[in-house]
Amino acid sequence: MSTLHTVNKSPFENNSLTSCLQLCSGEDSILLIEDGTYGGCESSPCREPLTRLMEDGINVYVLENDASARGLHTFLQGVELVDYPGFVKLSCTHQCIQSWY
Amino acid sequence: MSCDLPPLDKDGYLLQLSSWSRDIGEQLARNENIELTQAHWEVIDTVQAFYQEFDLAPASRALVRYIQQKLGPEKGRSLYLLSLFPPHPALIIAKIAGLPRPANCF
Amino acid sequence: MSRILCISRHSPYQTSSACDALDAVLAAGAFDQEVSLLLMNEGVWQAIKNQQASLLGRTGIGKKMAALPLFGVKQVYIHTPSLTQRGLTRDSLHLDAVQLVTNNEVRTLIQQHDQLLSF
Repeated sequence: MSTLHTVNKSPFENNSLTSCLQLCSGEDSILLIEDGTYGGCESSPCREPLTRLMEDGINVYVLENDASARGLHTFLQGVELVDYPGFVKLSCTHQCIQSWY
Repeated sequence: MSCDLPPLDKDGYLLQLSSWSRDIGEQLARNENIELTQAHWEVIDTVQAFYQEFDLAPASRALVRYIQQKLGPEKGRSLYLLSLFPPHPALIIAKIAGLPRPANCF
Repeated sequence: MSRILCISRHSPYQTSSACDALDAVLAAGAFDQEVSLLLMNEGVWQAIKNQQASLLGRTGIGKKMAALPLFGVKQVYIHTPSLTQRGLTRDSLHLDAVQLVTNNEVRTLIQQHDQLLSF
């Protein structure tokens, strides 16, 4: 059973993303929204575990509007951008949603 | 006839438990057309103990379970409580006992 | 019937999150749902002994938690790494019937439940 994990806090000041990364598995996906989008940056303190999970096949998405609003496009690395309809689609294609806030 | 009741909320529950007394309880019961007997009082006392213990007014199933634990399986039954406090034991008992309206009760 | 896991991750008095989680669990229990509660991250502070919330003019969270079994709440789980990280042990907790769980066990819990409630 797959879970969509949403994270809305910056990993530079909060451990929500760290906790999320420790507990996602299998077919899960991660969607970074609001200040969580800073977690998609190359300089993120969670970069290593995030990269490892992506190598294990976990999909990591970033909500494009939130990232663009923060001027993050050039800093993001290896993540897939989604728009609002994409967010809805992800919500529907996973069994559960866990919000790390 | 009844003397003045302390302030009640819009659903008829006492605003402050501290203004409750057994006389007030009798009067609140009469408003529900219930004449309190010993059987009623032991349930009311038990529900007040529940409130002291958990800071909550019990919703239906928790009420039945707790009465079961404290007063035994004969009394810890929905039908028994319904016969004493119709038409909705959890709500009526809380009202008479001076507790807030239990959350999660229809 | 769907199995519900409520994940409560915030400390008891700074925001209403912990109380909201507890209310949600009590409501699910009152309506006969199969529901369990998982405390992790800052949420483990909710479960420690000797809280005197009345000093803040608040109702303590501990008393309400003790009512969970009466509301038919199936299990309270505590995330062991969160506990350890904060220097806490089972002896620090006010509930006896809790089950301590590892990261792996939490992963399994999330998979075994049909609905998650995030707080």
